[in-house]
Amino acid sequence: MTSSAMRDLMSITERPEVISLAGGLPDTSTFPRDSYAALMSKIAANELANALQYGPTEGLAIARDCIRFVMEAEGVKVDPDDVIVTTGGQQVLDLVCKILIDPGDVIVAEGPTYPGAVSAFTSYQARVEQIQMDEHGMNPDALRERLAELDREGARPKFLYLIPNFQNPSGVTLSEARRREILEIAREREILILEDNPYGLLRYEDDPIPTILEMDGGESVIYLGTFSKILSPGIRLGWVTAPRPVLEKINLAKQAADLCASSLAQHFVAGYIMGGGWPEYMASLRRLYRDRRDAMLDALETELPVETTWTKPSGGLFIWATLPDYIDTTDLLARALRENLAFVPGRAAWVDGQGGSSIRLNFSGSDEARIREGVRRLGLIVGEQVDLYGTMTGKPPRREAGPYLPLEGGRVVPISPQRRAAGGEGS
Amino acid sequence: MSMKVAVLEGGRSLERGVSLRTGGRVKDALERLGHEAISLDADTSLISNLRAHKPDVAFIALHGRDGEDGTVQQILDLLGIPHTGSDAGASARTADKSIAKRRLVAAGLPTPDFFVLDDTAVRDLAAVQLVPEIGERLGWPMIIKPALQGSALGLTLVRGEADVPAALLSALSYDSRILFERHVEGRDLAVTVLIGPEGAEALPAVEAIPEGDRYDFEARYEIGATRFECPANLTADQEGQAANLAVRAVEALECSGFPRVDLILAENGEMTILEVDTVPGLTQTSLVPLACGAKGIDFDSLIAKMLELAVGG
Repeated sequence: MTSSAMRDLMSITERPEVISLAGGLPDTSTFPRDSYAALMSKIAANELANALQYGPTEGLAIARDCIRFVMEAEGVKVDPDDVIVTTGGQQVLDLVCKILIDPGDVIVAEGPTYPGAVSAFTSYQARVEQIQMDEHGMNPDALRERLAELDREGARPKFLYLIPNFQNPSGVTLSEARRREILEIAREREILILEDNPYGLLRYEDDPIPTILEMDGGESVIYLGTFSKILSPGIRLGWVTAPRPVLEKINLAKQAADLCASSLAQHFVAGYIMGGGWPEYMASLRRLYRDRRDAMLDALETELPVETTWTKPSGGLFIWATLPDYIDTTDLLARALRENLAFVPGRAAWVDGQGGSSIRLNFSGSDEARIREGVRRLGLIVGEQVDLYGTMTGKPPRREAGPYLPLEGGRVVPISPQRRAAGGEGS
Repeated sequence: MSMKVAVLEGGRSLERGVSLRTGGRVKDALERLGHEAISLDADTSLISNLRAHKPDVAFIALHGRDGEDGTVQQILDLLGIPHTGSDAGASARTADKSIAKRRLVAAGLPTPDFFVLDDTAVRDLAAVQLVPEIGERLGWPMIIKPALQGSALGLTLVRGEADVPAALLSALSYDSRILFERHVEGRDLAVTVLIGPEGAEALPAVEAIPEGDRYDFEARYEIGATRFECPANLTADQEGQAANLAVRAVEALECSGFPRVDLILAENGEMTILEVDTVPGLTQTSLVPLACGAKGIDFDSLIAKMLELAVGG
């Protein structure tokens, strides 16, 4: 399966009759209409000329102060002067590559990783090296090994790309001990870390783990934040904080790219978040997504054959499920679309063709009834393939015949270690 | 004469993206030619839209299921709307590769040897037990692919018996009928055939050449990984043979319009017919416009000609 074929498949997942567990969408229908209307009228009455004007490249003071406030909620203290407001988090990925990456440079990322980051990296002709994750995130030993291999090749990575909280696509959280260890490795080798944290505030249980930025104290971490998942992706606002020399270069690059982020959006965000209603809105989002996550986990347990495993994220938007290795999930998507169901095939999250038996499921963008129905359909088609494979190989499936009954004990397991695809990542 | 033309595009097919690109280009060309063009998505509103707009002719820019398998052609016949391309029967028998290949064989034309299985045979007859015999007949490696899918989707190059079950699962994800097909290594040629009232005429062959030093199976389908040479670098004999096979293939399948015939020129010099596409893509990078260009037919003239053939002009 090629990436163009996958693009063709994904182009029909957006039809209205399709239950899409494929997107990465927050549920924007939950945003209170009257808050929006009141806020925009206030901006119109008091600040319209400014809101419609260009702003400084680093962002409006009110927006940067609001980011300071949001970062405090993540447990990090930042000086607003060390923040640049960007056009979404995606722009940070682009700008960081623009200032740091020359063709052929290496970026080390988690495996699987966010496909949108891979697009940004490869558009600067970076070589992306992925390190297999387990249930605690990237394994520092595996990282050391790969860095040593890269050393022997004479390749020094420009930066390490990490999504430590409820990672996209795996839902896995990088443990505190590993954060420290990876930071240590990065410091020793003078490699920057790009910490991407879109979901940190969408935690549904357990205590927050400090960000790598906080552990680092501002020496070797470029930190990327975004309002997309905690307010709205439509307003296209994110931010970056980084060591001074890096931040100055990002500022210049941003100036060339788009002068400044939308002033109107910055007024809106600052007005809303500093207006007092935001913590309550976040609490409502967390309740909503937690219930949807639980509905999905519950449905997976009931509907999926035992040959399947999945992660149990304590926050964020995604669950990563792994099917038996004889099922190709890109082809399975074609089958699923015939049942009006869509998901993201796992191969999208790897640069070298791995992930072919995994899928990413989003639970934030659909209500519980659609999640249950979507997972029911998924169970049917996976069950059908497991049965068919059993018939073909003479190995009956491990589960009992009949409907997919809940099994005793959880089948929630870490991301399964996968073999490196044969001939995948050559020299 | 200015006509009202419905451009049928999109649909539920897995090749929806390509179809929309083809449809967009066709609509622009129709407007340049002075026609009134309406884009219609092949969804639940298609029939009511056709009734409401009462087009003089339909331009089919749909790929894959519904668009190429005769479904839409039959609907248009029933509504009395002439359309571009092949009729419903030819579309149906060409789209299903198991039927098309049987026709070609019956007409004495070369096509890689094959074996067909339905999902019911796999399930109820445990037909996978036949794999050793299939392997003996077709040789390894072989191709396993869905009967109805036009692009590379669901297609696997299978190297040995152990890989067959997973490849069957992939192919059966697209269609309930699948083909085992002998793998022929060689040069990929595509010949567009113009079928007019005076008969069928082959346009210059296009060769798809995978980039890179190694023959990479997947590269053939990856944008940028393949370059096209038109006309293909063939001897006069080979060019003649390609044209002859292409014309005889579309005649055997009773196609109309501008079908595209995909051929393989094997290393031993033999030429064989891989498949026929009754609604080939007309995007910026598609092969049919390329072949027409080599013949001095520009895109607008191609569209005008297709329309003219549809209304029997």
